[in-house]
Amino acid sequence: MSIWKKHEVLEKRSLVLVIAILVVVSIGGIVEIAPLFYLKSTIEKVEGMRPYTPLELAGRNVYIREGCYLCHSQMVRPMRDELERYGHFSLAAESMYDHPFQWGSKRTGPDLARVGGKYSDEWHRDHLVDPRSVVPESIMPGYPFLLNARVETRGISDHLKANAIVGVPYDEAQISEAARDLIAQASPDSDAVDSFLERYPDAIVRDFDGDPSKVTEMDALIAYLQMLGTLVDFSIYDNKANLR
Amino acid sequence: MAQAQAKYITMEEGFFAAFLVVIAFACLIIAGKTYDQVMAFHTAIGSLAAAVGAFLIFKKYFEGRAPVPQEINGKPNYNLGPIKFGAWAAVFWGVAGFTVGLIIALQLAYPALNFDLPWTNFGRLRPLHTSAVIFAFGGNVLLATSFYVVQRTSRARMPGTIAPWFVILGYNMFIVIAGTGYLLGATQSKEYAEPEWYADLWLTIVWVAYLLVFLGTLWKRKEPHIYVANWFYLAFIVTIAMLHIVNNLTVPVTIYGTKSYILWAGVQDAMVQWWYGHNAVGFFLTAGFLAIMYYFVPKRAERPVYSYRLSIVHFWALIFLYIWAGPHHLHYTALPQWASTLGATFSIILWMPSWGGMINGLMTLSGAWDKLRTDPVLRMMVVSIAFYGMSTFEGPLMSLRAVNSLSHYTDWTIGHVHSGALGWVGYISFGALYCLIPWLWNKKQVYSLKLVNWHFWISTIGIVLYICAMWVSGIMQGLMWRAYDSMGFLEYSFIETVEAMHPFYVIRALGGALFVAGSLIMAYNLWMTVRHGEAEEAETAPVGTMAPAE
Repeated sequence: MSIWKKHEVLEKRSLVLVIAILVVVSIGGIVEIAPLFYLKSTIEKVEGMRPYTPLELAGRNVYIREGCYLCHSQMVRPMRDELERYGHFSLAAESMYDHPFQWGSKRTGPDLARVGGKYSDEWHRDHLVDPRSVVPESIMPGYPFLLNARVETRGISDHLKANAIVGVPYDEAQISEAARDLIAQASPDSDAVDSFLERYPDAIVRDFDGDPSKVTEMDALIAYLQMLGTLVDFSIYDNKANLR
Repeated sequence: MAQAQAKYITMEEGFFAAFLVVIAFACLIIAGKTYDQVMAFHTAIGSLAAAVGAFLIFKKYFEGRAPVPQEINGKPNYNLGPIKFGAWAAVFWGVAGFTVGLIIALQLAYPALNFDLPWTNFGRLRPLHTSAVIFAFGGNVLLATSFYVVQRTSRARMPGTIAPWFVILGYNMFIVIAGTGYLLGATQSKEYAEPEWYADLWLTIVWVAYLLVFLGTLWKRKEPHIYVANWFYLAFIVTIAMLHIVNNLTVPVTIYGTKSYILWAGVQDAMVQWWYGHNAVGFFLTAGFLAIMYYFVPKRAERPVYSYRLSIVHFWALIFLYIWAGPHHLHYTALPQWASTLGATFSIILWMPSWGGMINGLMTLSGAWDKLRTDPVLRMMVVSIAFYGMSTFEGPLMSLRAVNSLSHYTDWTIGHVHSGALGWVGYISFGALYCLIPWLWNKKQVYSLKLVNWHFWISTIGIVLYICAMWVSGIMQGLMWRAYDSMGFLEYSFIETVEAMHPFYVIRALGGALFVAGSLIMAYNLWMTVRHGEAEEAETAPVGTMAPAE
């Protein structure tokens, strides 16, 4: 019986055909995806990675909501020009708490993986309100509405809890105090700052948007941008130990 | 069974009525309890739509209509209503999606057009554009044509009275929820899978119904063989289900809110996303539209498919190989190199089955090439296959690490996508619609072949402007990023490379405007076909399967 004759079995039985299709299309994904969960070399061993603070997480959600990832990557590739332009190439470990990842696929604007600390808060605020006021040739949209939008603190604990369910190591105190922590990080004079810093030792506490009267989405977004790529200390990072 | 006017409710009607009532109440409860305004808006729409659906089913019961005959005078009584709806939904979403594309192209050239508002900025409109053209336009074309093709090639009426309508209306409901969600800021930021968890759940339900209606038609078929187009439709339906579920496994923050967090993190999420993303191209935009090619091209050319054996070989090779290609979106990233190497390797091999499909489509015209001169609809479909060949050649090229290091992150990718999307998916869809609308409304021919010709040439010029502009801007920007001066310093700041893109963004927008203009001509032409087209005399509509050539 020729192979073409045998193929008739598939042409005449729809369920056999469906099962055959399912088997054939499953193989590639299984081979490529499954090992990433058990090969230990997939994620480098680094020091300094911590989950996002509630304010940073809220800022990250603004970043996602406004579709920033459509024009800005967060993935520095190991090429001479990118290392000079943006800094050390990105590690898998640096996005290990990212649900979802924000590597992006297009650089209409520059990479943001290491934008943290490169510009002042004021620069970020002015740039987000009116990009062309600081970079005349920019084609980025303006986001002045972030200045007036208060960050939603209701349910922020649930956001941390959902992250904990998918594997981000938030402890119970971080989850239960999330709303207080969110306000504290943008209110340097408040009493809650000390306990916030106990939970997130290296986090930046500042009034990011320059408006002490309220904690806005601008505060949140700038807090997120200012910490991007700053967690791993590359002066002590051993590249060779993580060669893969 | 044949008791006319009897009031009865079938199992199917009862099931759907109960299901819709449950959905309506569930949505109502969520709408009442949520403080998330987007969720309130979406559940209000959902509740209303489900209630209307349930009402229509009950209304049908009380009117006590006679059951629909499966055959009339020995010929299958095809169910055309949902197909007609899907065809026009495709035209509507097509024009809308292309127009949003034009708007965002103009925003990149003239950023003032973002208006600094949340609902009009590029970041929210871009997913609206991609989803509108891929899932709303492309999806409705696929639903409409698959329902048509599977009935014709099985010589059987689709099973169910409510189910096919549930699929087509439920799918468009998903589109409305997804699209309005982007504008209001509900997105999970996974490219081409942006809709949030509740929209994903709804789509899953609709998709299961779709698979059952499709399989149910095959089970009723009077032909021993399942026609080749239906293999491709099946691969598209089954694989999209798998991809959709795995890539959207999220944990909602609360069921009263839109926001959710995806199960996967970082590098694994990136791999899952591009496994999904590339196969949205492979199975939604390729396998599904190859199915269209395998029915509409032979039909229009009045020639059998060139090679039956080639279709078998390239079908299995295509679906096996495509699924591996995802990691080529992640070259030089933090994804382990073994994975990206696998992705590139399979992308190169994938060239063969892709061109197998192209050859099978093009060679179907052997003996009928003269029709290219006289039939602009066939010409459109043939050019679409040529674009398919071109972009499936360019794709493997760009998946090579050396090329990708230059092309990635630039407009070259955007140009590549659009040569496939506008040229291949767009044109094969337009060709199918130009065939399908006259068939559905029993017309001899489209209203005006001359207008089809205008559509063809205007949009072809548009595509050429678009992809050439993106080649130049993409390669130029890639080269500028890595340029060094004689002192060993980076030659250009990032913003200088942005500035250099401006003329090409203007040209791209012009190309897009021509493409939109072409689609408007099509919409007018199809509308006039339905309103004023010359009626087909007798019911000599196309029959059954085409004998495959061996």
